[in-house]
Amino acid sequence: MDLAPIFQAIDASAISQTIRQSTWIFPTIETVHVVSLVLVAGTIALVDFRLLGWASRGQSAADVIERVLPATWAAFGVAVLSGGLLFSSNAVTYAGNVPFRIKMVLLFLAGVNMAVFHIGAHRRIAEWGHRGKPPLNARIAGALSLVLWTAIIFAGRWIGFLLSVF
Amino acid sequence: MLTAFCDWLAQTPPSILIQTHVWIVIVTQSIHIVMIAILACAVLAIDLRLLGVTRKGPTLAVMERRFMPWIWPAAAGLLITGLVLVVGEPARELLHWLFWTKMGLVVVLLALTALFQLRVRADATAWDSTPSRKLAARTLGVASILLLLAIITAGRWIAYVLVE
Repeated sequence: MDLAPIFQAIDASAISQTIRQSTWIFPTIETVHVVSLVLVAGTIALVDFRLLGWASRGQSAADVIERVLPATWAAFGVAVLSGGLLFSSNAVTYAGNVPFRIKMVLLFLAGVNMAVFHIGAHRRIAEWGHRGKPPLNARIAGALSLVLWTAIIFAGRWIGFLLSVF
Repeated sequence: MLTAFCDWLAQTPPSILIQTHVWIVIVTQSIHIVMIAILACAVLAIDLRLLGVTRKGPTLAVMERRFMPWIWPAAAGLLITGLVLVVGEPARELLHWLFWTKMGLVVVLLALTALFQLRVRADATAWDSTPSRKLAARTLGVASILLLLAIITAGRWIAYVLVE
């Protein structure tokens, strides 16, 4: 499927041109993106550390997840929106950017990891949630999540460097 | 004088190493962002409690014990990665008013965080006892969140605001 016409159409759009022609709009959207990704990464780390049994052992894993994940989803929503706007400002270029593609693949894998956790270990969280050291599949999910989200941050930072040195 | 220092620093072997290997800057900036995530979310968790948003949850004393152990190591990590970035590109940072603004805000945030920690350890109910103390807690929570946002914004905009 050739997506190039779609990206070209995005680049020709009013939104895209407005962002590209402004000196301050892109940095502002990017700042929002950074704040939201900081919240996504930090809150996910909180959950992952609990899944690994590294921190918050006094609280049940279910409690940590229930309290933290709504914030994660809200922040993720903002990250996707701001990321979408950033992408749209130069769609053809970003679509061809290797670290950008890597980041999208990593985001997909992070989603798969989360889905596997939810239909797997999370189903029986009432049994193991109070344990300081959760079962192996939960710990693997936590470890994978930490690795993937760290890699997503690295890939995201790398994008900018291949386009211009910032 | 600062310009002369930047010129000197840019000629040192560590600086040249970083200048000629841009992946070092990318990796260091990425670690810097990871540290920001840890510090910002730990500070935010305490701030939400100071603001009373999570007052039905753990006490401030519990929050302090739970999150402070993450804040100071993350701050140290930010300082170290920050130093690497300054060594790699001295003029970009040290000759930029936004960088110094960010440093000033960081000092204020860390000072407020230390103040909070000392007060809660001395008296666990310090921030809950009277209406004026609760107001102080809320003010501290708001100030802390605004400082976090301002620091992140200043840091990102260093790259965009050109300085002669």
